[in-house]
Amino acid sequence: MDHFARLGLPAALDLEPAALDRAYFTAQRQWHPDRFVGRPPDERAKASTEAAGLNDAYRTLKDPLSRAVYLAGLNGVELPGDGKTIDDADLLMEAMEAREALHEAATPEAVDALATQVRQDMQRSLEGLGTLFLRHDKAAIRKALLRLRYLDKFAEEARARRTNLQRVKA
Amino acid sequence: MSLLEIHEPGETPLPHAGEASLAVGIDLGTTNSVVAIARDGVPAALHDDTGKALVPSVVAYPDAGGVLVGEEARLLMAREPRNAVASIKRLMGRGAADLHTVAGVLPYEIEPGSGQTDMVKLRIGGKARSPVEISAEILKALRGRAEAALDKPVERAVITVPAYFDDAARTATRDAARVAGLEVLRLVNEPTAAALAYGLDKGSEGLYAVYDLGGGTFDFSLLRLEKGVFQVLATGGDTALGGDDFDRAIAERMLAERRKDGVADQVDEAAVKTALALARQMKEQLSERDQTSGRLELAGTPSFHSLGRAEFEAMITKYISRTLDIATNVLADAGMSASDVQGVVLVGGSTRLPLVRAEVAGMIGKPALTDIDPDEVVALGAALQAEALTGGGDTLLLDITPLSLGLETMGGIVEKVVPRNTPIPVQLAQEFTTYQDGQTAMAIHVVQGEREMVADCRSLARFELSGIPPMTAGAARIRVSFAVDADGLLAVSAEERTTGVAQRIEVKPSYGLSHDDMADMLYDSLEHAEADVTQRLLVEARVEARRNLLALDAALAKDGGLLAADECAALDAGRAHLEAAIAGEDRDAINAAAEALESLSKPFAERRMDRGIREALAGLSVGELESRVGE
Repeated sequence: MDHFARLGLPAALDLEPAALDRAYFTAQRQWHPDRFVGRPPDERAKASTEAAGLNDAYRTLKDPLSRAVYLAGLNGVELPGDGKTIDDADLLMEAMEAREALHEAATPEAVDALATQVRQDMQRSLEGLGTLFLRHDKAAIRKALLRLRYLDKFAEEARARRTNLQRVKA
Repeated sequence: MSLLEIHEPGETPLPHAGEASLAVGIDLGTTNSVVAIARDGVPAALHDDTGKALVPSVVAYPDAGGVLVGEEARLLMAREPRNAVASIKRLMGRGAADLHTVAGVLPYEIEPGSGQTDMVKLRIGGKARSPVEISAEILKALRGRAEAALDKPVERAVITVPAYFDDAARTATRDAARVAGLEVLRLVNEPTAAALAYGLDKGSEGLYAVYDLGGGTFDFSLLRLEKGVFQVLATGGDTALGGDDFDRAIAERMLAERRKDGVADQVDEAAVKTALALARQMKEQLSERDQTSGRLELAGTPSFHSLGRAEFEAMITKYISRTLDIATNVLADAGMSASDVQGVVLVGGSTRLPLVRAEVAGMIGKPALTDIDPDEVVALGAALQAEALTGGGDTLLLDITPLSLGLETMGGIVEKVVPRNTPIPVQLAQEFTTYQDGQTAMAIHVVQGEREMVADCRSLARFELSGIPPMTAGAARIRVSFAVDADGLLAVSAEERTTGVAQRIEVKPSYGLSHDDMADMLYDSLEHAEADVTQRLLVEARVEARRNLLALDAALAKDGGLLAADECAALDAGRAHLEAAIAGEDRDAINAAAEALESLSKPFAERRMDRGIREALAGLSVGELESRVGE
């Protein structure tokens, strides 16, 4: 059963966060191990497996990027594993330049400016994905997702850099 | 008892009201512990004769023999410092490298040779004791308090742990409960328990933060409350940051002042304990006033020390800053900002410090919620959860794993399998492969922590998957699965998947506590608290016997017609005999009477069983019968 079906949701890129929460809470009310205290071991084991499946589904679908990657996978778009080398020359160049800019950002404010840019960029790309999915353009989906994944990682790095800068200041 | 076994599969009879043992909530704290019970959604801490809810988490093994826990142990600490131990929670699941010193000296005497690759053991009262068995003494005392207050056996508990407790510390806590004879219904994270106490009380909705600064640990958690659902979004903390650090800073300062005045102290374990006790008093006073002083006497040489609040606050600023840094990161992890937070709950004795209150309120931009006693709030929440788990409440608690779990890969790098803040229970797997032609075994090293290098994370378990069929490098597919249960405890398994010949190994990481150790501890605890045990065995025998009587009554009411008159009379006599035994104080007599009744009722049980089977089979075709058997 795929994650969408498990939560009784349509397999779509756009998912109302409140709808996802509602579906998840309802299902967990039924399957969370806390509801099975004192039940026979086989029932408890089943509940634990079901609840774990729900958690996996929720976690995957909650974040827009991981949801998009998952949906792409359902549509036959395979991405290389996390941390593998980027095979897109343009993206590689972009990543190197951005990393340099981050390295040169000497104040938390400068880092924040970069992070804001990246967030807006991610937002736009995510919005653009819908069209690509409608066109079933697998190559373009793959390219966009790889770039999004890189942007996400960059945002994480920016956060770490900001923490470091603040610590130095203190 | 055979009569109890007659019921449909899956139809476990509900425990009879008043017969089932009660489930309590326990906050097993670094400095103080509290036991509480909830009835009809109203939690209350259980007090001792003097009206105190807090049990100091101090255990003493006096020269005179026996074990003391709580206030008595704390008093003994002054007279026989080598026989008493405080803050044992800090050592749960820890090795020697994790311990903090004062003036280079630990306030514990470490058992030589322990704590290198296993859990550290203390030499106390002339004997090596593990943190698990010392904590078990505290749990036994809490259980005793609950049984005395409720006049019923207490066998089940929800026990709270810092959200940031790692697997080793959680396992150690569970083991301690077992040694104390308590079944752990659930390990609940302290901040979650606190939120539960607040949430149910206020019917609040929205995003709440819990800032929990106790004696030894710091946690910061973000929770979303919505229509009875408590969803933990993110958590972070430091298992070695708390009020104890403030005490240590004051103690260090006093020892330094003595040195400056030319006092040549032989700083030993006893001196450190004395200095820490005074430091703690002074710290507590500084929450009430701006200036305090104390008299420290070591080896007959007294000295006087004064400390102002501003000075004290300067000493601890670095610790408070660290808590705020952690809080900032947790907010970022959840993708939230401080302004999204509707309220912040303060938990733990250290949040009484005015500086802490001011800094937290400043960061969140709202005054903190403090209307429930910060020392009791965690136990109250645990009690609510214990009631919900046994009585079936409608609250749903969705918690997360606080630390990333992963595996060591080539070059000592950590490959994360379960990232932090993943909702639990969870089962996640990752595939690995061999790196040498013909490789038939693979070492699997499970670690916990956020750092990239294995050396910077906590090692939880190592095992070897052997029997991989020889293949070219990279051809094997080793799937390593991590399962974290609702208590936050981890189990790891691995299998090779190309050949279909799956070899499976289950590993329950348990930091330095072998099954033999556990058995020894259970045995020791029996040896040391014999009177205790006799009492509890008596209580248990009574409970069990009453349970059997109820089952018999139920069976008689339903199927009494299966018995002849003389059989009925014999059962009645056996029944009366057992009731008389229950009223007495002799456990053996109770057990003997129960056994006698059991053998008397055996033919009855067999007849019921036969009838039950006949009824179940009546009117079924062979096909239906087979499908039933297959169920």
